[in-house]
Amino acid sequence: MSLEVFFKYLFVMAFVTYLLRALPFILLKRQIENVFWKSFLAYIPYTVLAAMTIPGIFKATEFLPASVAALCLATLFSLKGHGLVLVALVACLAVMAVNGLHLWI
Amino acid sequence: MSFKKGVDDGLPIGIGYFAVSFSFGIAGSKLLTWPLITLISMTNLTSAGQFAGLHIMSEMTGTLLEMAIATFFINLRYSLMAISLSQKVSPSFGTFKRLCLGTGITDEIYAVAMSSKVPVTPIYFLGLMLLPYLGWTSGTLIGAVCGEVLPHFLTDALGVALYGMFIAIVVPQMKIHKPTCIAVFISIALSLLFNYAPVLSEVSFGFAIILCAVLASLVAAFLFPIKENA
Repeated sequence: MSLEVFFKYLFVMAFVTYLLRALPFILLKRQIENVFWKSFLAYIPYTVLAAMTIPGIFKATEFLPASVAALCLATLFSLKGHGLVLVALVACLAVMAVNGLHLWI
Repeated sequence: MSFKKGVDDGLPIGIGYFAVSFSFGIAGSKLLTWPLITLISMTNLTSAGQFAGLHIMSEMTGTLLEMAIATFFINLRYSLMAISLSQKVSPSFGTFKRLCLGTGITDEIYAVAMSSKVPVTPIYFLGLMLLPYLGWTSGTLIGAVCGEVLPHFLTDALGVALYGMFIAIVVPQMKIHKPTCIAVFISIALSLLFNYAPVLSEVSFGFAIILCAVLASLVAAFLFPIKENA
């Protein structure tokens, strides 16, 4: 990718992200009252992250069982109430373990 | 509500961001040089948005309009947080300070700021976002530099760290709120369709994510409106 193309993408990304944060912060002084749109916005983070994780995680490693192990263990540790960092670490370790086992066998 | 209190409260977020942005740096190093990847983290400070942006950049078909729309929908939640945070800040938080510090509105910084018992002052918020910002940018830089020298089995494993973080955000909410479960499963089902169904898989990554999330959230908002303040 050329430098010029990269900076065009970067500008669009950074500008849109900044406006989304700054504009409502300075303009809106009251809560959204409409229950439907409030609910819609409340669901958005979870549906976005879910759609990105599946099937994305299956393509993140080169050995499918390693990805599946990462997904299962990360879900299990999240259910048990563990935080962001530990869950991310467990996912990485699961991939290492399965890849290691795969090489060894 | 001092600067020092903010820095202390921001430390755990900073450490977490370092670990997660490390994997963003690695992912980015497959496409871009390390100064450019670090620049993305310095100017965006958002995990899911940057991750999607990188995907769009890596696809030759990804247009600037697609980048704008994907960024808009993925980061739209920050607008909601900005609105609710604006109810929580002290009167000394003027328009200029809001313009300068608005970049610090992320999922985790917002969550900590909202858990404060007293109004949030600008100096506290500055302290709060300092270590997460440094952690996020330095983690990206080190990940991008090391991504080129680290052995393959290590980068392969670190590639799932970001997904691990996403899971850690989504699953606890699914556990306590059943409608979120349904919304998530609708989104996953649509996402699988957009990846593997014959015609739908032609749709590019950015628009597929938007369509999955917007459709699932519309259905959930229609069937299960959230009345209480979440």
